[in-house]
Amino acid sequence: MKELKVTPIKNGTVIDHIESGRAFKILRIIGVIEEEVKSTVSVLMHVKSKSTGWKDIVKVEDRELLPSEVDKIALISSRVTINIIRNFNVEKKYRPTVPDQVIGLMKCSNPNCISNKEREPIESRFTVISKEPLRIKCYYCEREPSDIIKAII
Amino acid sequence: MDFKGRNIVSIKEFTTKDIEEILDVAEMMVPYAKGEMTSRLLDGHILATLFFEPSTRTNLSFRSAMMRLGGTVLGFSDTAGTSVQKGETLVDTIKMAEAYSDVIVLRHPQEGAARLAAEHSAKPVINAGDGAGQHPTQTLLDLFTIRREKKRISGLNIMLNGDLRYGRTVHSLCYALADFGVDLTFVAPPTLQIPNEIMTDLKEKKVNVSVHDTMEEAIGTADVLYVTRIQKERFPDPTEYAKVAGLYRVDVPLLAKAKKDMIVMHPLPRVSEIATEVDRTNHAVYFRQAFNGVPVRMALLALVLGADLRSMGGTTGGGGR
Repeated sequence: MKELKVTPIKNGTVIDHIESGRAFKILRIIGVIEEEVKSTVSVLMHVKSKSTGWKDIVKVEDRELLPSEVDKIALISSRVTINIIRNFNVEKKYRPTVPDQVIGLMKCSNPNCISNKEREPIESRFTVISKEPLRIKCYYCEREPSDIIKAII
Repeated sequence: MDFKGRNIVSIKEFTTKDIEEILDVAEMMVPYAKGEMTSRLLDGHILATLFFEPSTRTNLSFRSAMMRLGGTVLGFSDTAGTSVQKGETLVDTIKMAEAYSDVIVLRHPQEGAARLAAEHSAKPVINAGDGAGQHPTQTLLDLFTIRREKKRISGLNIMLNGDLRYGRTVHSLCYALADFGVDLTFVAPPTLQIPNEIMTDLKEKKVNVSVHDTMEEAIGTADVLYVTRIQKERFPDPTEYAKVAGLYRVDVPLLAKAKKDMIVMHPLPRVSEIATEVDRTNHAVYFRQAFNGVPVRMALLALVLGADLRSMGGTTGGGGR
């Protein structure tokens, strides 16, 4: 029997197949923790999944994601699917892909990197060395961040 | 390849073919670097040397290189009295240098500074060291030294000793050497061994790598011994420094175990890691290595400024300008 713990949403975004335990990281990225949120956000953690064992799901009502948010989500998880819901229908379903260059989304973890210098007209920039497993390096100092998720702004 | 207008930021951007080409031009520059012949190849060109932290050898050899080719030099060798002290950004300083010169040499304490400078300058930028990051002209002069002294690079067994963890010259050199097909031997205390990510990259490039604690274990098979200073400033805790300082010393008894034609290199300055008695042996090439900075930097300046090397006339026998 199919058991629904959370009801379907009318309009908004469903972020599905999140690696178990990473839902809060997604919430931070899409800003529902800091921002004043006027619609419902449902979080399901540790849900049984047919294909991946356990997963988390985030449902955000009345909101679609910005391209920069989708890019950040891609950096967190390669298996996430994003569903755009309009009038209860899945209008669009896709898997975010890691861009070749990650610009302005992360902060270099090297404190002595020029990209962390205040007042310089500079935006952080990372080059993707490998997508699976994800490896990136700072375009400026050429260092690889020790923790990619932590480095996301 | 066409080097005209090209930035020299990281050695990783150059193929072995590019490097060979630079070294060939450097070879041509040797008699000019020594002052045995004179040249006006870069007459009318201005080099800006922006040294945000002091450096004796790199600064002087760049200045010498430009002057030997008939060019002129302006710049600063520390930031005292400059707008930098007033809080000017690096990008603004670069914009100024770009307006006043034809090529910029930059030494900066922060990693990635040369990359940022190159993005904002229409004139070529040469990285003369960015913090603990890249120092490509040092790598080129090291390769030039190995090639001149050993007549080849590929197939050699190169032993690196000292601070392999933090030493930027070692990292850049390893990457460049890997593409030439050499064997690498790393000798350092465990806390200063070559970083894992570099080790992984070297293995991916199919380089034969061996790791040792002492030089005695490995010196017998080495063709080149590249020694670096263990830098006190890298250690936040002086007791940690004391544990590793003085752990290695290249002296005549040690060299008795080495191949007769093994060469000893050092980027200088040295402290006590090479005994001065070694200077008098045939193994010592570090002073010639320091000289090689001049022809290599002459080659780079001529190439990025697009000078016509076929016109490299010059006159024999001193005199200069």
